[in-house]
Amino acid sequence: MMEWETIIGLEIHAQLATRSKIFSGSATTYGAPPNSQANLVDLGYPGVLPVLNATAVRMAVKFGLATGANIARRSIFARKNYFYPDLPKGYQISQYERPVVEDGTLDIVLEDGSRKTIGITRAHLEEDAGKSLHEGLKGMSGIDLNRAGTPLLEIVSEPDMRSAKEAVAYMKKVHTLVRYLEICDGNMQEGSFRCDANVSVRLQGAQKLGTRAELKNLNSFRFVEKAINYEVERQIGILEGGGSVVQETRLYDPDRNETRSMRSKEEANDYRYFPDPDLLPLAIDDAIIADVRGTLPELPDEKAARFASEHGLSDYDSGVLTASRELADYYESVVEALGGEPKLAANWVMGELSGALNRDGQEIAASRINSMALAGLLRRIQDSTISGKIAKEVFEAMWSDGKSADEIIEARGLRQITDTGAIERAIEDVMAANPSQLAEYRAGKDKLFGFFVGQVMKATHGKANPAQLNELLKRKLK
Amino acid sequence: MHTLTIAELSAGLHARRFSSVELTRSLLARIARLNDVLNAFLTVTEEAALAAARRADETLQAGRGGPLTGIPIAHKDIFCTNGIRTTCGSRILENFIAPYDATVVERLSAAGAVPLGKTNMDEFAMGSSNETSFYGPVHNPWDVKRVPGGSSGGSAAAVAARLVPAATGTDTGGSIRQPAALTGITGLKPTYGRVSRYGMIAFASSLDQAGVLAQSAADAALLLRAMAGFDPRDSTSVDQPVPDYHSGLAAPIKGLRIGLLREFFDSGLDPEAAKRIHAALDVFRAQGATTTEVSLPNLPLSVPTYYVVAPAECSSNLSRFDGVRFGYRCENPRDLLDLYKRSRGEGFGAEVKRRIMTGTYVLSAGYYDAYYLKAQKVRQLISDDFRRAFEQVDVVIGPTSPTPAFEIGAKMDDPITMYLNDIYTIGANLAGIPAISVPCGLVSGLPVGLQIMGPVFSEARLLNVAHRYQQETEWHRMIPRGYE
Repeated sequence: MMEWETIIGLEIHAQLATRSKIFSGSATTYGAPPNSQANLVDLGYPGVLPVLNATAVRMAVKFGLATGANIARRSIFARKNYFYPDLPKGYQISQYERPVVEDGTLDIVLEDGSRKTIGITRAHLEEDAGKSLHEGLKGMSGIDLNRAGTPLLEIVSEPDMRSAKEAVAYMKKVHTLVRYLEICDGNMQEGSFRCDANVSVRLQGAQKLGTRAELKNLNSFRFVEKAINYEVERQIGILEGGGSVVQETRLYDPDRNETRSMRSKEEANDYRYFPDPDLLPLAIDDAIIADVRGTLPELPDEKAARFASEHGLSDYDSGVLTASRELADYYESVVEALGGEPKLAANWVMGELSGALNRDGQEIAASRINSMALAGLLRRIQDSTISGKIAKEVFEAMWSDGKSADEIIEARGLRQITDTGAIERAIEDVMAANPSQLAEYRAGKDKLFGFFVGQVMKATHGKANPAQLNELLKRKLK
Repeated sequence: MHTLTIAELSAGLHARRFSSVELTRSLLARIARLNDVLNAFLTVTEEAALAAARRADETLQAGRGGPLTGIPIAHKDIFCTNGIRTTCGSRILENFIAPYDATVVERLSAAGAVPLGKTNMDEFAMGSSNETSFYGPVHNPWDVKRVPGGSSGGSAAAVAARLVPAATGTDTGGSIRQPAALTGITGLKPTYGRVSRYGMIAFASSLDQAGVLAQSAADAALLLRAMAGFDPRDSTSVDQPVPDYHSGLAAPIKGLRIGLLREFFDSGLDPEAAKRIHAALDVFRAQGATTTEVSLPNLPLSVPTYYVVAPAECSSNLSRFDGVRFGYRCENPRDLLDLYKRSRGEGFGAEVKRRIMTGTYVLSAGYYDAYYLKAQKVRQLISDDFRRAFEQVDVVIGPTSPTPAFEIGAKMDDPITMYLNDIYTIGANLAGIPAISVPCGLVSGLPVGLQIMGPVFSEARLLNVAHRYQQETEWHRMIPRGYE
């Protein structure tokens, strides 16, 4: 049995969250009626010229600084020439030989908990193309140029990943980062965050890289993993069968879970890149870099390290809570309102809250229970007004009614019973109503203890303080 | 009225000796009468012109207005004009109505100028004879069997024939200066970036520059003042104040250091034309200027350099003409590839195709370094040559074109000979420096031009030197027979 090593590099396209396009003043809002956000520049009309959007440049610099990369003091926009109906000028303005960002890194956490550094070869600015529409046009094709000219940051990794899982971990890390930096909304369904994967395999220990295939159309984390796994199996199958892998672009088909050849290297376009004479070289001076540096937020890794050291959270919990800036902010705001109890806050944010958000497909920013409201609930656990179990019920009520924890506790009379006399009375009633179980317990069937706890809880509508109940019950049942 | 300069016309308008409407009507009538022979205008916008003239008259009546208020002009058909057909001399834009005004058009209109129409040109400004126009060649008013030069041949012929006092043009490798020389008028190509390229249909973006064709340096100064300046819509336009080019025109040129380019007085120059240039130099010396010989050793490489850079850029710039969104589309395309191939194949003429193919070739993988990259390096060397020369001299003077106007059809079969027409003018484009051509005599009854080049942003100096020459000579007052 031969041992194969998988080599993966990713090219991620992050749509920059600017209000206007990279070279024109048109809006970039998603989902507008076709061609309603395409002006003469976007349409590639004769005589029009591109003017660079300074905000897009600052966003690229921000990404570069956040990944410890070099920011090129002088980078060049180039034209990538090819004909396609959704490419109005017949060329895409991109960066080729001299990108704005070079030599960055990002750390990922592997399954065994160890960290691995992934190299970022480069990140460059470019414009997106439009879209071809084929449906409902009676056999004709339509062109929607709303997306044409939308700013993209293409982030190219080194071939540093060795499994589909590593590739997904890296992609998620980039996804988290660009959202932290507020340079991309990360919306994969709308195509704001897309990924191509370069995949090859080689015999374990071999020095030379194998022939790679470029996988396209990987628009979810799940597809990235499945497509890479499929492709790795396919390439190993070819090589073990004595064949050789062809360098080509392959399209992933999620319905069939397979990759299909799009075009081979021989069919590849000669893009005839050359510096765009309509745009001056992009000069970025120290003042701009310092200015952008001043806008950098606490980065995910820094935040996670702080949660672990200052809040005493596990690495895993810190990682989960810092996966998005909104989640981390929410968690921190709960801890602040509670004046401590980071573990309680972490458990509820990662547990009930995340579960409810997932169930209803909601974003944390639009959560039906805001951080103050959740802190209000946790405070009642803290001061023993309610038990953790009752708190879950209160949480559900808060989620559906939008009321505060206290309002629900009062309205539903959920305040925990801590009055020893009341609990004793309930225990006595239960003992009187269940003489046979009582006899069995006293005869040595210890397992029935749980039965009595349940009955008392039922009788008190779950409000008996569990610790007190346990203690009193043990005494009474003797 | 048609023989008057802008300065003279403006004086007449402000003194209310005649109205802009009267002037406009008279020139429109002249165009109607003479354009059939010359083919200088592709589109005449009579109604819009008269409306603009009426507005100008109102301004003048109110005692307002500037030196261009009410002055009829023409625009080369490379400038987009809102609501008006803009063909760029090509079939592919035969029915293209531009939805906006180029910055040059906008600024001249804002200054009160009255555009009468759009002038003929070589297709996409690719040519030195105006013979590549889809709409037929322009005829030189000095001899209608001859070319007016190109690519701004329509503008040049229109001004030379006094159909308009001045017209806009563009110069990528000599397209203002060479036709100005061949038709006996004054043509100014400003510094690259001095005038906005927004709305000017691109040929070779790093070389294209808008300028003017006029009867005199003084008129060119008035027009440039209105056209020039930073435009946020063109990233390559330069944010530098625009001087009052007119006020410095008469400054004495005593002590002016003139450089004579050894490379410009070579065997390719017509000996009679060389004599006219030398006579012109005497005029400058008589005013206290000195002449010294300077050398630009890399200048002989300018033509091959240009014919790599310009086609490379044009091959990309012209990709947008694909039959999809505007312009010519072939009949009944079978599929997308057929649509592209036939729309472009039928829409573009032979010279444009030749340059697109050349440009595509020089940018191709495996050839890029040998051609495009090398050409860019030579371009830098030529630029450095000029910079060094301007450390020794204030301006460089030489011929504009190797020969006077040649006959229509004479060079169409031989692109290399045609390309050599631009041998004296291309250097300024590659170096991005300004240059002006002024008429300096006749050879066998045909005008020849004197070219004055200066360092970047020296337009005021060039106009001053040209004006001083025109104060001492009458060549710019010559009007071809039948057009007086």
